[in-house]
Amino acid sequence: MEYLILLLPLFGSIISGFFGKILGQRSCEILTSLFVSISTVLSLFIFYKTLSQDYSSNKLIFNWISSGEFNVKWSIFIDPLTSVMLVIVNLISSIIHFYSIGYMSHDPHKSRFMAYLSLFTFSMLALVTADNFLQLFFGWEGVGLCSYLLIGFWYKKPSANAAAIKAFVVNRIGDFGFAIGIFLIFYFYGTLDYNEVFQQTPLFAQNKLFILGFEFNLITIICLMLFIGAMGKSAQILLHTWLPDAMEGPTPVSALIHAATMVTAGVFLVIRCSPIFEYSQTALNVVALVGMTTAFFAATIALVQNDIKKIIAYSTCSQLGYMFFAAGIGAYHVATFHLFTHAFFKALLFLGAGCVIHSFKDEQDIRLMGGVWKKIPFTYILMLIGTLALTGFPFLSGYYSKDAIIEFSYLKGGAIGNAATSIGIITALLTAIYSWRLFFKTFHGKYNNKIQKKSSIHESYLIMLIPTSILAAGAILIGFSFKEIFIGHDSLQFWQGSILFLKFFHHDDLPMWLLIITPLIVTLAIPVSYYLFIKNEKIINNLIIKNQSVYNFLLNKWYFDELYNLIFIKPIKNLGLFLWKKIDIGSIDRYGPDGLSSLVKLISIKAVNFQSGYLYHYAFVMLIGFSMLLTYLILY
Amino acid sequence: MIEITIGHYLTLAAIIFSIGVVGIFLNRKNVIIILMSIELILLAVNINLVSFSIYLQNLVGQVFAIFILTVAAAETAVGLAIIVIYYKNKGSIHVETINSLKG
Repeated sequence: MEYLILLLPLFGSIISGFFGKILGQRSCEILTSLFVSISTVLSLFIFYKTLSQDYSSNKLIFNWISSGEFNVKWSIFIDPLTSVMLVIVNLISSIIHFYSIGYMSHDPHKSRFMAYLSLFTFSMLALVTADNFLQLFFGWEGVGLCSYLLIGFWYKKPSANAAAIKAFVVNRIGDFGFAIGIFLIFYFYGTLDYNEVFQQTPLFAQNKLFILGFEFNLITIICLMLFIGAMGKSAQILLHTWLPDAMEGPTPVSALIHAATMVTAGVFLVIRCSPIFEYSQTALNVVALVGMTTAFFAATIALVQNDIKKIIAYSTCSQLGYMFFAAGIGAYHVATFHLFTHAFFKALLFLGAGCVIHSFKDEQDIRLMGGVWKKIPFTYILMLIGTLALTGFPFLSGYYSKDAIIEFSYLKGGAIGNAATSIGIITALLTAIYSWRLFFKTFHGKYNNKIQKKSSIHESYLIMLIPTSILAAGAILIGFSFKEIFIGHDSLQFWQGSILFLKFFHHDDLPMWLLIITPLIVTLAIPVSYYLFIKNEKIINNLIIKNQSVYNFLLNKWYFDELYNLIFIKPIKNLGLFLWKKIDIGSIDRYGPDGLSSLVKLISIKAVNFQSGYLYHYAFVMLIGFSMLLTYLILY
Repeated sequence: MIEITIGHYLTLAAIIFSIGVVGIFLNRKNVIIILMSIELILLAVNINLVSFSIYLQNLVGQVFAIFILTVAAAETAVGLAIIVIYYKNKGSIHVETINSLKG
């Protein structure tokens, strides 16, 4: 059964990718969607088994590398954390497979798209079912590759190609850190197997590492390196720049890869490595700080963006920040829970946005929308649910997970905990504002689009709406239904060994104000946003005019891209140009191959003159040569 | 009266040889002259052979000279034939114009 879960998407991908032309587009779509759906059903079953029977297993596929002491296996490792991830990945993936049938219906390369989607699903499954760091790294790179392929799916668009390359390159930076982390683990532990590494970690807790004469704690360095990898993949501040650009890809891709699954791989990594992270308070603090910064900064950017997908992308970035600081304060199970709920409502929002974009015939600017809620009521309701869930409106899924993060931060206490609490609340407010801004600008107010007639706006296909409604149901229900299991009092029992808590904090004795404040803020944000963005736009406009510099700062995404251009790209480009023009062409080529060849050419041009063609010249040369030879023979 | 010695013969041969060689180089007109010059060189060698044959009282040298004459006659025939064909093809046997080997 485990084998089927992992391999079905791979088969689907291979069949659709290599035999798509023979089978036809339609059968490829059905085949890949069917395979992933079977995989989903099986993983739901496994999840049920882990819930009810504490099921866990480690199925070997085959030995991958066996070289001296270095042994790496391919295996399928099932534990509670994996089973949760299996459900998220497979469920969202199958829903998006179906959705893509509708969304990509006008695209001529459907079978290639489906093949990439399935390949991505396979890589992600390989990532979460790994029982060692190398297989994890394989999945990690696999999803990176698929992300590259899918962002650049419309390869005729230069911006899509640039975004794909950017995503790939930025992820390489993170992967570099991740790889160093893995090397360190192997160097010191002698193994990459999770179990062995985790068991040995307490022994290494006091080990020191000397780098350039400075002394570091070994575990801290390992954790930080792993975390750099996680930052790259999960688009945390400094390495986040690729995520908004990745929205160049088709919307189902944004929903699957850049909201629900791949970007959560970094969070998954931190949670999976909780037995290592727990032994380094420094690393955890760094994780929490980076998470908080990202949560706040991405939310501020989302406030002023105008592209519907970019807003949601920055929102994803911000929510990932939530997950990281939850993990950083040691509440890994809450991070997982937020990962779980976020996957649903963020995928829902993206798919809803996809429907909106589809209805507006590829318009993404929310300033050019508005007033269409009556025309597309179904999409409207779906987006409403998604927005409510994202903002953490009471009793929807986001409420349970996000509030839990804030509550656990409060329980953690100390400087980090308090900072996390306040950042959590402020960001929740920002989240509510930008989400409702997106929502109201898209559906309410005046109709602003001059290209499309209002009457031409129509509801999307059923094949798009039905899968999205499943997600909507999930966004409403799963928070409530899985709250007890994931983060309740007995949650420790569920997580068994898959998450290590050195200090498990229970979730009671919370002050009343903390419980009320966030839901209150987000609920109040709805009428306030409606007033600000629809009823009385003058206030906002005045605010923008008065604070033009702040507005530009946010609109230009804190100038991160410009900064990177200035610090990294330009100097490197200049260096590259210098090496190319001056060193390579100017020196090596000029005096190397080019110089030699021109020398030979010069000599041969001279030598050609020698071949005059006149018989007497030849005879003369012959005579001279003969006499020289003769002279030599006589004299010596 | 001076006695004619081997030295005189060899000198004569050398002079004829040189005339042949110089004839090849200085000739700018006719291929046939080159052919004649080659013949001269050959004859110079023949004179050498014959004079040494007499000097050393060994007939082999003279036999060899007869052979060389035979071969030279044949060679000249072939050379002349080539020149005739060449003339038919190119319309000229001026040495100056024969430079198709030019690189």
